[in-house]
Amino acid sequence: MKELQIQYKKILADYLKNQTERNLYIGQNFIRQLIQKKVTPEEVISIHKHAVEQIYPDITSEILNSFDFLIEIMVHFGLTVQEHQSLLVQQEELRIEMNVATKIQSMLLKTAIPKVNELDIGMVSIPIRKMNGDYVHFLNDEQHYVSVAVTDVVGKGVPAALCMSMVKYGLDTLEYANNNPSYVLEVLNRIIEKSVDDSMFVSMFYGTYDIKGNIFTYGSAGHEPAIYYNSRDQKFYDLESRGLLLGVMSEVKYRQYKIHLEENDFILMITDGVTDFRKQGDLDPRNVIKELALNYINLSAQEMCERMYAYLKDLTDFNLEDDFTVVIFKK
Amino acid sequence: MVGGIILNSKSTVEIITEWDIVVARQLGRNEAKIIGFGTVEQARITTAISELARNIYLYASAGEIVIERIEEVEKYGIRITAIDKGPGIDNVRKVMEDGYSTSGGLGAGLPGVKRLMDGMEIQTTVGKGTIIKIEKWI
Ligand SMILES: Nc1ncnc2c1ncn2[C@@H]1O[C@H](COP(=O)(O)OP(=O)(O)O)[C@@H](O)[C@H]1O
Ligand SMILES: [Mg+2]
Repeated sequence: MKELQIQYKKILADYLKNQTERNLYIGQNFIRQLIQKKVTPEEVISIHKHAVEQIYPDITSEILNSFDFLIEIMVHFGLTVQEHQSLLVQQEELRIEMNVATKIQSMLLKTAIPKVNELDIGMVSIPIRKMNGDYVHFLNDEQHYVSVAVTDVVGKGVPAALCMSMVKYGLDTLEYANNNPSYVLEVLNRIIEKSVDDSMFVSMFYGTYDIKGNIFTYGSAGHEPAIYYNSRDQKFYDLESRGLLLGVMSEVKYRQYKIHLEENDFILMITDGVTDFRKQGDLDPRNVIKELALNYINLSAQEMCERMYAYLKDLTDFNLEDDFTVVIFKK
Repeated sequence: MVGGIILNSKSTVEIITEWDIVVARQLGRNEAKIIGFGTVEQARITTAISELARNIYLYASAGEIVIERIEEVEKYGIRITAIDKGPGIDNVRKVMEDGYSTSGGLGAGLPGVKRLMDGMEIQTTVGKGTIIKIEKWI
Protein backbone atom coordinates (compact mmCIF):
# COMPACT_ATOMS: atom_id res chain seq x y z
CA MET A 1 0.00 0.00 0.00
CA LYS A 2 2.85 2.41 0.90
CA GLU A 3 4.50 1.69 -2.43
CA LEU A 4 1.25 2.32 -4.35
CA GLN A 5 0.76 5.52 -2.38
CA ILE A 6 4.16 6.82 -3.48
CA GLN A 7 3.61 5.86 -7.12
CA TYR A 8 0.18 7.44 -7.17
CA LYS A 9 1.48 10.68 -5.69
CA LYS A 10 4.12 10.90 -8.40
CA ILE A 11 1.67 10.23 -11.23
CA LEU A 12 -0.78 12.76 -9.83
CA ALA A 13 1.93 15.39 -9.31
CA ASP A 14 3.08 14.93 -12.93
CA TYR A 15 -0.44 15.44 -14.14
CA LEU A 16 -1.07 18.50 -11.97
CA LYS A 17 2.11 20.07 -13.39
CA ASN A 18 1.27 19.09 -16.94
CA GLN A 19 -2.25 18.13 -18.00
CA THR A 20 -1.19 15.97 -20.93
CA GLU A 21 -2.85 12.96 -22.47
CA ARG A 22 0.30 11.01 -21.75
CA ASN A 23 -0.02 11.57 -18.01
CA LEU A 24 -3.67 10.56 -18.10
CA TYR A 25 -2.73 7.40 -19.93
CA ILE A 26 -0.15 6.58 -17.27
CA GLY A 27 -2.85 7.13 -14.66
CA GLN A 28 -5.15 4.65 -16.34
CA ASN A 29 -2.44 2.02 -16.54
CA PHE A 30 -1.79 2.53 -12.85
CA ILE A 31 -5.44 2.03 -11.90
CA ARG A 32 -5.34 -1.30 -13.68
CA GLN A 33 -2.67 -2.40 -11.23
CA LEU A 34 -4.84 -1.26 -8.34
CA ILE A 35 -7.82 -3.22 -9.61
CA GLN A 36 -5.67 -6.31 -9.97
CA LYS A 37 -4.52 -5.93 -6.39
CA LYS A 38 -8.17 -5.65 -5.37
CA VAL A 39 -7.78 -2.14 -4.03
CA THR A 40 -11.31 -0.88 -3.39
CA PRO A 41 -12.75 2.44 -4.63
CA GLU A 42 -12.77 3.93 -1.11
CA GLU A 43 -9.10 3.08 -0.76
CA VAL A 44 -8.34 4.78 -4.06
CA ILE A 45 -9.97 7.95 -2.78
CA SER A 46 -8.00 7.70 0.42
CA ILE A 47 -4.79 7.33 -1.60
CA HIS A 48 -5.82 10.38 -3.61
CA LYS A 49 -6.55 12.38 -0.47
CA HIS A 50 -3.12 11.67 1.01
CA ALA A 51 -1.40 12.49 -2.27
CA VAL A 52 -3.21 15.83 -2.52
CA GLU A 53 -2.33 16.57 1.09
CA GLN A 54 1.35 16.01 0.36
CA ILE A 55 1.41 17.95 -2.90
CA TYR A 56 -0.49 20.91 -1.40
CA PRO A 57 0.42 21.10 2.31
CA ASP A 58 -1.65 24.30 2.65
CA ILE A 59 -4.87 22.79 1.34
CA THR A 60 -7.97 23.85 3.27
CA SER A 61 -9.52 21.38 5.65
CA GLU A 62 -12.88 21.81 3.84
CA ILE A 63 -11.45 20.21 0.73
CA LEU A 64 -9.88 17.40 2.76
CA ASN A 65 -13.18 16.82 4.55
CA SER A 66 -14.87 16.49 1.20
CA PHE A 67 -12.61 13.52 0.50
CA ASP A 68 -13.62 11.91 3.78
CA PHE A 69 -17.22 12.33 2.73
CA LEU A 70 -16.44 10.66 -0.60
CA ILE A 71 -14.66 7.77 1.16
CA GLU A 72 -17.72 7.19 3.32
CA ILE A 73 -19.99 7.14 0.30
CA MET A 74 -17.74 4.95 -1.78
CA VAL A 75 -17.72 2.15 0.82
CA HIS A 76 -20.98 0.89 -0.67
CA PHE A 77 -19.63 1.23 -4.16
CA GLY A 78 -16.66 -0.90 -3.12
CA LEU A 79 -19.00 -3.55 -1.74
CA THR A 80 -20.89 -3.62 -5.00
CA VAL A 81 -17.68 -4.17 -6.91
CA GLN A 82 -16.68 -7.02 -4.59
CA GLU A 83 -20.10 -8.61 -4.87
CA HIS A 84 -19.86 -8.51 -8.64
CA GLN A 85 -16.42 -10.06 -8.55
CA SER A 86 -17.62 -12.90 -6.39
CA LEU A 87 -20.67 -13.41 -8.63
CA LEU A 88 -18.34 -13.62 -11.63
CA VAL A 89 -16.37 -16.36 -9.94
CA GLN A 90 -19.61 -18.21 -9.21
CA GLN A 91 -20.69 -17.77 -12.81
CA GLU A 92 -17.47 -19.31 -14.03
CA GLU A 93 -17.99 -22.26 -11.69
CA LEU A 94 -21.48 -22.73 -13.06
CA ARG A 95 -20.19 -22.59 -16.61
CA ILE A 96 -17.69 -25.34 -15.88
CA GLU A 97 -20.36 -27.47 -14.19
CA MET A 98 -22.60 -26.90 -17.17
CA ASN A 99 -19.95 -28.16 -19.56
CA VAL A 100 -19.48 -31.29 -17.50
CA ALA A 101 -23.25 -31.82 -17.37
CA THR A 102 -23.45 -31.42 -21.14
CA LYS A 103 -20.79 -34.06 -21.63
CA ILE A 104 -22.57 -36.43 -19.28
CA GLN A 105 -25.87 -35.82 -21.03
CA SER A 106 -24.52 -36.57 -24.46
CA MET A 107 -22.84 -39.68 -23.10
CA LEU A 108 -26.03 -40.89 -21.44
CA LEU A 109 -28.20 -40.19 -24.43
CA LYS A 110 -25.91 -41.54 -27.08
CA THR A 111 -27.92 -43.68 -29.50
CA ALA A 112 -26.61 -46.12 -32.03
CA ILE A 113 -28.68 -46.68 -35.15
CA PRO A 114 -29.60 -50.37 -35.25
CA LYS A 115 -28.57 -52.46 -38.25
CA VAL A 116 -31.54 -54.40 -39.61
CA ASN A 117 -31.46 -56.40 -42.82
CA GLU A 118 -34.88 -55.59 -44.20
CA LEU A 119 -35.07 -51.96 -43.13
CA ASP A 120 -32.89 -48.96 -43.91
CA ILE A 121 -32.67 -46.61 -40.93
CA GLY A 122 -31.21 -43.11 -40.85
CA MET A 123 -31.01 -40.41 -38.21
CA VAL A 124 -29.72 -36.88 -37.68
CA SER A 125 -30.19 -35.05 -34.39
CA ILE A 126 -28.46 -31.70 -33.94
CA PRO A 127 -28.88 -29.51 -30.85
CA ILE A 128 -29.21 -25.77 -31.30
CA ARG A 129 -27.47 -25.05 -27.97
CA LYS A 130 -25.28 -27.14 -25.76
CA MET A 131 -27.97 -29.42 -24.45
CA ASN A 132 -30.17 -31.27 -26.91
CA GLY A 133 -33.92 -30.97 -26.25
CA ASP A 134 -34.60 -33.76 -28.76
CA TYR A 135 -33.89 -37.38 -28.09
CA VAL A 136 -34.08 -40.48 -30.27
CA HIS A 137 -34.18 -43.91 -28.65
CA PHE A 138 -33.96 -47.18 -30.60
CA LEU A 139 -34.78 -50.68 -29.43
CA ASN A 140 -34.02 -53.77 -31.44
CA ASP A 141 -35.11 -57.38 -30.75
CA GLU A 142 -32.95 -59.85 -32.63
CA GLN A 143 -34.25 -59.06 -36.09
CA HIS A 144 -37.93 -59.35 -35.12
CA TYR A 145 -38.81 -55.86 -34.11
CA VAL A 146 -37.16 -52.49 -34.21
CA SER A 147 -38.77 -49.55 -32.51
CA VAL A 148 -38.01 -45.88 -32.20
CA ALA A 149 -39.04 -43.08 -29.87
CA VAL A 150 -38.60 -39.53 -31.17
CA THR A 151 -38.91 -37.09 -28.29
CA ASP A 152 -38.99 -33.35 -27.86
CA VAL A 153 -38.92 -31.84 -24.39
CA VAL A 154 -40.92 -28.62 -24.22
CA GLY A 155 -38.69 -26.39 -22.14
CA LYS A 156 -35.02 -25.56 -22.27
CA GLY A 157 -31.81 -25.91 -20.38
CA VAL A 158 -31.02 -27.99 -17.35
CA PRO A 159 -34.61 -28.91 -16.33
CA ALA A 160 -35.27 -30.14 -19.86
CA ALA A 161 -32.06 -32.16 -19.82
CA LEU A 162 -32.96 -33.81 -16.52
CA CYS A 163 -36.43 -34.60 -17.83
CA MET A 164 -34.82 -36.13 -20.89
CA SER A 165 -32.75 -38.51 -18.78
CA MET A 166 -35.95 -39.65 -17.13
CA VAL A 167 -37.54 -40.35 -20.50
CA LYS A 168 -34.49 -42.37 -21.42
CA TYR A 169 -34.62 -44.49 -18.26
CA GLY A 170 -38.36 -44.91 -18.65
CA LEU A 171 -37.79 -46.28 -22.13
CA ASP A 172 -34.92 -48.45 -20.91
CA THR A 173 -37.14 -50.14 -18.34
CA LEU A 174 -39.61 -51.10 -21.08
CA GLU A 175 -36.84 -53.25 -22.43
CA TYR A 176 -38.52 -55.01 -25.36
CA ALA A 177 -38.96 -53.66 -28.86
CA ASN A 178 -42.29 -55.38 -29.43
CA ASN A 179 -44.21 -53.33 -26.88
CA ASN A 180 -47.28 -51.62 -28.26
CA PRO A 181 -46.91 -47.87 -28.84
CA SER A 182 -50.06 -47.16 -26.81
CA TYR A 183 -48.65 -49.12 -23.87
CA VAL A 184 -45.28 -47.36 -24.07
CA LEU A 185 -46.86 -43.90 -24.25
CA GLU A 186 -49.20 -44.66 -21.35
CA VAL A 187 -46.39 -45.89 -19.11
CA LEU A 188 -44.15 -42.92 -19.92
CA ASN A 189 -47.00 -40.51 -19.41
CA ARG A 190 -47.55 -41.87 -15.94
CA ILE A 191 -43.84 -41.62 -15.03
CA ILE A 192 -43.50 -38.07 -16.31
CA GLU A 193 -46.79 -36.87 -14.85
CA LYS A 194 -45.77 -38.08 -11.40
CA SER A 195 -42.21 -36.92 -11.27
CA VAL A 196 -41.83 -33.75 -13.27
CA ASP A 197 -43.14 -30.33 -12.35
CA ASP A 198 -46.15 -28.94 -14.14
CA SER A 199 -44.29 -26.67 -16.48
CA MET A 200 -42.53 -29.55 -18.19
CA PHE A 201 -44.04 -31.49 -21.08
CA VAL A 202 -42.71 -34.01 -23.50
CA SER A 203 -43.94 -34.82 -26.97
CA MET A 204 -43.19 -38.25 -28.34
CA PHE A 205 -43.72 -40.21 -31.50
CA TYR A 206 -43.33 -43.93 -30.93
CA GLY A 207 -43.19 -46.53 -33.72
CA THR A 208 -42.56 -50.26 -33.78
CA TYR A 209 -41.67 -52.10 -36.94
CA ASP A 210 -42.40 -55.79 -37.29
CA ILE A 211 -39.54 -56.88 -39.54
CA LYS A 212 -41.09 -60.14 -40.78
CA GLY A 213 -44.60 -58.78 -41.28
CA ASN A 214 -43.51 -55.36 -42.59
CA ILE A 215 -46.01 -53.70 -40.28
CA PHE A 216 -45.28 -50.30 -38.75
CA THR A 217 -47.36 -49.56 -35.66
CA TYR A 218 -47.26 -46.06 -34.25
CA GLY A 219 -48.75 -43.69 -31.73
CA SER A 220 -48.08 -40.11 -30.81
CA ALA A 221 -48.24 -37.90 -27.75
CA GLY A 222 -48.65 -34.38 -29.04
CA HIS A 223 -45.76 -34.82 -31.43
CA GLU A 224 -45.22 -33.26 -34.85
CA PRO A 225 -46.98 -35.72 -37.23
CA ALA A 226 -44.65 -38.15 -38.98
CA ILE A 227 -44.77 -38.35 -42.78
CA TYR A 228 -45.47 -41.60 -44.60
CA TYR A 229 -44.61 -42.03 -48.26
CA ASN A 230 -46.51 -44.67 -50.17
CA SER A 231 -44.52 -45.38 -53.30
CA ARG A 232 -47.25 -47.32 -55.10
CA ASP A 233 -49.66 -44.32 -54.86
CA GLN A 234 -46.69 -41.92 -55.09
CA LYS A 235 -48.35 -40.03 -52.27
CA PHE A 236 -47.54 -38.62 -48.87
CA TYR A 237 -49.72 -39.11 -45.80
CA ASP A 238 -49.47 -37.25 -42.53
CA LEU A 239 -49.55 -39.63 -39.62
CA GLU A 240 -51.84 -37.51 -37.48
CA SER A 241 -52.65 -38.75 -34.04
CA ARG A 242 -54.26 -36.58 -31.41
CA GLY A 243 -52.58 -37.90 -28.28
CA LEU A 244 -52.03 -35.49 -25.42
CA LEU A 245 -48.46 -34.42 -24.57
CA LEU A 246 -46.81 -36.65 -21.97
CA GLY A 247 -46.94 -35.35 -18.41
CA VAL A 248 -50.06 -33.19 -18.66
CA MET A 249 -52.55 -35.56 -17.03
CA SER A 250 -52.35 -38.99 -15.52
CA GLU A 251 -54.22 -41.98 -17.00
CA VAL A 252 -54.34 -40.76 -20.58
CA LYS A 253 -55.11 -43.34 -23.27
CA TYR A 254 -53.15 -43.30 -26.50
CA ARG A 255 -54.39 -44.80 -29.75
CA GLN A 256 -52.16 -46.71 -32.11
CA TYR A 257 -52.34 -47.24 -35.85
CA LYS A 258 -50.84 -49.70 -38.33
CA ILE A 259 -49.32 -49.28 -41.77
CA HIS A 260 -48.09 -51.99 -44.08
CA LEU A 261 -44.78 -50.93 -45.61
CA GLU A 262 -44.01 -51.90 -49.22
CA GLU A 263 -40.79 -51.65 -51.19
CA ASN A 264 -39.54 -47.99 -51.36
CA ASP A 265 -42.08 -46.78 -48.82
CA PHE A 266 -40.65 -44.68 -46.05
CA ILE A 267 -41.59 -43.04 -42.78
CA LEU A 268 -40.10 -39.71 -41.91
CA MET A 269 -40.21 -38.85 -38.21
CA ILE A 270 -39.26 -35.32 -37.24
CA THR A 271 -39.35 -32.85 -34.38
CA ASP A 272 -40.89 -29.40 -34.75
CA GLY A 273 -37.38 -27.95 -35.10
CA VAL A 274 -37.43 -29.33 -38.63
CA THR A 275 -40.58 -27.45 -39.66
CA ASP A 276 -39.58 -24.30 -37.85
CA PHE A 277 -38.41 -22.17 -40.77
CA ARG A 278 -41.49 -19.94 -40.88
CA LYS A 279 -39.75 -16.78 -41.97
CA GLN A 280 -39.33 -18.17 -45.50
CA GLY A 281 -42.55 -16.48 -46.65
CA ASP A 282 -45.41 -18.71 -47.76
CA LEU A 283 -43.49 -21.96 -48.08
CA ASP A 284 -45.30 -24.71 -46.21
CA PRO A 285 -42.47 -26.35 -44.27
CA ARG A 286 -44.00 -29.80 -44.39
CA ASN A 287 -44.34 -29.61 -48.18
CA VAL A 288 -40.73 -28.49 -48.49
CA ILE A 289 -39.67 -31.50 -46.45
CA LYS A 290 -41.76 -33.89 -48.53
CA GLU A 291 -40.31 -32.56 -51.77
CA LEU A 292 -36.81 -32.81 -50.37
CA ALA A 293 -37.33 -36.39 -49.29
CA LEU A 294 -38.56 -37.28 -52.78
CA ASN A 295 -35.49 -35.70 -54.36
CA TYR A 296 -33.25 -37.88 -52.23
CA ILE A 297 -35.33 -41.06 -52.38
CA ASN A 298 -32.62 -43.02 -54.16
CA LEU A 299 -30.09 -42.37 -51.43
CA SER A 300 -29.71 -44.36 -48.22
CA ALA A 301 -31.89 -43.37 -45.28
CA GLN A 302 -28.87 -41.91 -43.49
CA GLU A 303 -27.83 -39.85 -46.51
CA MET A 304 -31.41 -38.63 -46.92
CA CYS A 305 -31.37 -37.32 -43.34
CA GLU A 306 -28.01 -35.65 -43.80
CA ARG A 307 -28.95 -34.01 -47.09
CA MET A 308 -32.18 -32.72 -45.62
CA TYR A 309 -30.34 -31.19 -42.70
CA ALA A 310 -27.76 -29.60 -44.98
CA TYR A 311 -30.45 -28.20 -47.28
CA LEU A 312 -32.58 -26.74 -44.48
CA LYS A 313 -29.58 -25.27 -42.73
CA ASP A 314 -28.72 -23.55 -45.99
CA LEU A 315 -32.29 -22.40 -46.57
CA THR A 316 -32.38 -20.70 -43.17
CA ASP A 317 -28.89 -19.18 -43.57
CA PHE A 318 -27.62 -21.40 -40.79
CA ASN A 319 -30.20 -19.97 -38.44
CA LEU A 320 -32.19 -23.02 -37.46
CA GLU A 321 -34.07 -21.93 -34.37
CA ASP A 322 -34.59 -25.23 -32.59
CA ASP A 323 -33.05 -28.63 -32.05
CA PHE A 324 -33.28 -30.54 -35.31
CA THR A 325 -34.09 -34.24 -35.52
CA VAL A 326 -35.01 -36.44 -38.49
CA VAL A 327 -35.37 -40.22 -38.41
CA ILE A 328 -36.16 -42.25 -41.51
CA PHE A 329 -37.38 -45.86 -41.74
CA LYS A 330 -37.15 -46.90 -45.34
CA LYS A 331 -38.22 -50.22 -46.81
CA MET B 1 -12.64 -16.71 14.65
CA VAL B 2 -14.19 -14.31 17.13
CA GLY B 3 -12.18 -14.14 20.34
CA GLY B 4 -9.86 -11.92 22.29
CA ILE B 5 -9.61 -10.37 25.69
CA ILE B 6 -11.87 -7.50 26.51
CA LEU B 7 -9.98 -4.43 27.66
CA ASN B 8 -12.37 -1.63 28.27
CA SER B 9 -15.94 -1.69 29.40
CA LYS B 10 -18.53 -1.92 26.68
CA SER B 11 -20.76 0.81 25.36
CA THR B 12 -24.29 -0.09 24.43
CA VAL B 13 -26.78 1.69 22.19
CA GLU B 14 -30.44 0.76 22.23
CA ILE B 15 -31.91 0.58 18.73
CA ILE B 16 -35.54 1.62 18.75
CA THR B 17 -35.94 4.50 16.33
CA GLU B 18 -34.15 5.08 13.05
CA TRP B 19 -32.05 7.85 14.67
CA ASP B 20 -30.56 5.32 17.09
CA ILE B 21 -28.79 3.88 14.05
CA VAL B 22 -26.96 7.21 13.77
CA VAL B 23 -26.04 7.12 17.48
CA ALA B 24 -24.58 3.62 17.06
CA ARG B 25 -22.64 4.73 14.01
CA GLN B 26 -21.22 7.73 15.88
CA LEU B 27 -20.16 5.65 18.85
CA GLY B 28 -18.55 3.05 16.60
CA ARG B 29 -16.64 5.63 14.60
CA ASN B 30 -15.33 7.35 17.72
CA GLU B 31 -14.20 4.07 19.19
CA ALA B 32 -12.56 3.00 15.90
CA LYS B 33 -10.73 6.32 15.74
CA ILE B 34 -9.47 6.00 19.31
CA ILE B 35 -8.28 2.45 18.69
CA GLY B 36 -6.30 3.79 15.77
CA PHE B 37 -8.15 2.75 12.61
CA GLY B 38 -7.57 4.94 9.54
CA THR B 39 -10.28 6.92 7.76
CA VAL B 40 -11.13 4.15 5.29
CA GLU B 41 -11.35 1.51 8.02
CA GLN B 42 -13.46 3.83 10.17
CA ALA B 43 -15.85 4.24 7.26
CA ARG B 44 -16.05 0.47 6.78
CA ILE B 45 -16.64 -0.30 10.45
CA THR B 46 -19.31 2.38 10.60
CA THR B 47 -21.01 1.01 7.52
CA ALA B 48 -21.06 -2.49 9.04
CA ILE B 49 -22.58 -1.12 12.28
CA SER B 50 -25.11 0.78 10.21
CA GLU B 51 -26.21 -2.37 8.36
CA LEU B 52 -26.62 -4.39 11.55
CA ALA B 53 -28.47 -1.61 13.37
CA ARG B 54 -30.70 -1.10 10.38
CA ASN B 55 -31.58 -4.79 10.31
CA ILE B 56 -32.56 -4.62 13.98
CA TYR B 57 -34.68 -1.54 13.30
CA LEU B 58 -36.33 -3.10 10.22
CA TYR B 59 -36.79 -6.74 11.18
CA ALA B 60 -36.65 -7.00 14.97
CA SER B 61 -38.10 -3.57 15.80
CA ALA B 62 -35.87 -3.31 18.89
CA GLY B 63 -32.49 -4.48 20.13
CA GLU B 64 -29.05 -3.19 20.97
CA ILE B 65 -25.61 -2.64 19.54
CA VAL B 66 -22.66 -3.28 21.86
CA ILE B 67 -19.28 -1.84 20.94
CA GLU B 68 -16.04 -2.85 22.65
CA ARG B 69 -12.30 -2.76 22.20
CA ILE B 70 -10.50 -6.06 21.96
CA GLU B 71 -6.86 -6.96 22.36
CA GLU B 72 -4.75 -10.00 21.66
CA VAL B 73 -1.02 -10.54 21.66
CA GLU B 74 0.30 -7.44 19.88
CA LYS B 75 -2.94 -6.61 18.16
CA TYR B 76 -5.91 -4.39 18.78
CA GLY B 77 -9.32 -4.37 17.34
CA ILE B 78 -12.99 -3.61 17.67
CA ARG B 79 -15.92 -5.91 18.25
CA ILE B 80 -19.54 -5.06 17.58
CA THR B 81 -22.36 -7.24 18.82
CA ALA B 82 -25.90 -6.75 17.53
CA ILE B 83 -28.50 -8.35 19.80
CA ASP B 84 -32.24 -8.55 19.31
CA LYS B 85 -35.18 -10.65 20.40
CA GLY B 86 -36.83 -10.44 17.01
CA PRO B 87 -38.11 -13.17 14.70
CA GLY B 88 -34.66 -14.66 14.03
CA ILE B 89 -33.27 -15.54 10.60
CA ASP B 90 -34.79 -18.58 8.99
CA ASN B 91 -32.05 -19.53 6.56
CA VAL B 92 -28.70 -18.04 7.50
CA ARG B 93 -26.83 -19.73 4.69
CA LYS B 94 -29.18 -18.23 2.13
CA VAL B 95 -28.95 -14.78 3.69
CA MET B 96 -25.16 -14.92 3.42
CA GLU B 97 -25.32 -15.54 -0.33
CA ASP B 98 -24.48 -12.68 -2.65
CA GLY B 99 -27.45 -11.22 -4.43
CA TYR B 100 -29.99 -12.44 -1.86
CA SER B 101 -30.63 -9.30 0.21
CA THR B 102 -33.56 -7.08 -0.71
CA SER B 103 -30.98 -4.52 -1.74
CA GLY B 104 -29.95 -7.26 -4.21
CA GLY B 105 -26.94 -6.38 -6.32
CA LEU B 106 -26.14 -3.24 -4.32
CA GLY B 107 -23.47 -5.02 -2.35
CA ALA B 108 -24.71 -4.19 1.13
CA GLY B 109 -26.56 -6.50 3.49
CA LEU B 110 -25.00 -9.22 5.63
CA PRO B 111 -22.56 -10.53 2.97
CA GLY B 112 -21.31 -6.92 2.69
CA VAL B 113 -20.90 -6.72 6.48
CA LYS B 114 -18.78 -9.85 6.35
CA ARG B 115 -16.57 -8.34 3.65
CA LEU B 116 -16.08 -5.14 5.60
CA MET B 117 -14.89 -6.95 8.71
CA ASP B 118 -12.31 -9.64 9.58
CA GLY B 119 -14.68 -11.96 11.40
CA MET B 120 -18.39 -12.56 11.69
CA GLU B 121 -20.50 -14.95 13.73
CA ILE B 122 -24.27 -15.34 13.60
CA GLN B 123 -26.35 -17.03 16.29
CA THR B 124 -30.03 -17.01 15.56
CA THR B 125 -33.12 -18.92 16.60
CA VAL B 126 -36.39 -18.52 14.79
CA GLY B 127 -38.91 -16.92 17.14
CA LYS B 128 -36.24 -16.08 19.74
CA GLY B 129 -33.86 -13.58 18.24
CA THR B 130 -30.51 -12.95 16.67
CA ILE B 131 -26.99 -12.21 17.89
CA ILE B 132 -24.42 -11.12 15.32
CA LYS B 133 -20.81 -10.55 16.36
CA ILE B 134 -18.33 -8.88 14.05
CA GLU B 135 -14.77 -7.81 14.62
CA LYS B 136 -11.93 -6.10 12.89
CA TRP B 137 -8.24 -5.90 13.71
CA ILE B 138 -5.83 -3.13 12.97
N1 LIG C 1 -31.84 -9.04 12.98
C1 LIG C 1 -32.61 -9.72 12.10
N2 LIG C 1 -33.73 -10.35 12.54
C2 LIG C 1 -34.50 -11.04 11.69
N3 LIG C 1 -34.26 -11.14 10.36
C3 LIG C 1 -33.17 -10.54 9.87
C4 LIG C 1 -32.29 -9.80 10.70
N4 LIG C 1 -31.29 -9.33 9.93
C5 LIG C 1 -31.53 -9.74 8.68
N5 LIG C 1 -32.66 -10.47 8.62
C6 LIG C 1 -33.24 -11.13 7.45
O1 LIG C 1 -32.21 -11.38 6.53
C7 LIG C 1 -32.48 -10.77 5.29
C8 LIG C 1 -31.22 -10.25 4.66
O2 LIG C 1 -30.69 -9.18 5.38
P1 LIG C 1 -29.62 -8.25 4.72
O3 LIG C 1 -28.52 -9.10 4.20
O4 LIG C 1 -29.28 -7.16 5.68
O5 LIG C 1 -30.36 -7.63 3.44
P2 LIG C 1 -31.67 -6.70 3.41
O6 LIG C 1 -31.82 -6.06 4.75
O7 LIG C 1 -31.35 -5.71 2.31
O8 LIG C 1 -32.79 -7.61 3.05
C9 LIG C 1 -33.49 -9.68 5.59
O9 LIG C 1 -34.33 -9.42 4.48
C10 LIG C 1 -34.26 -10.28 6.76
O10 LIG C 1 -35.27 -11.12 6.28
MG1 LIG D 1 -30.18 -5.18 5.77
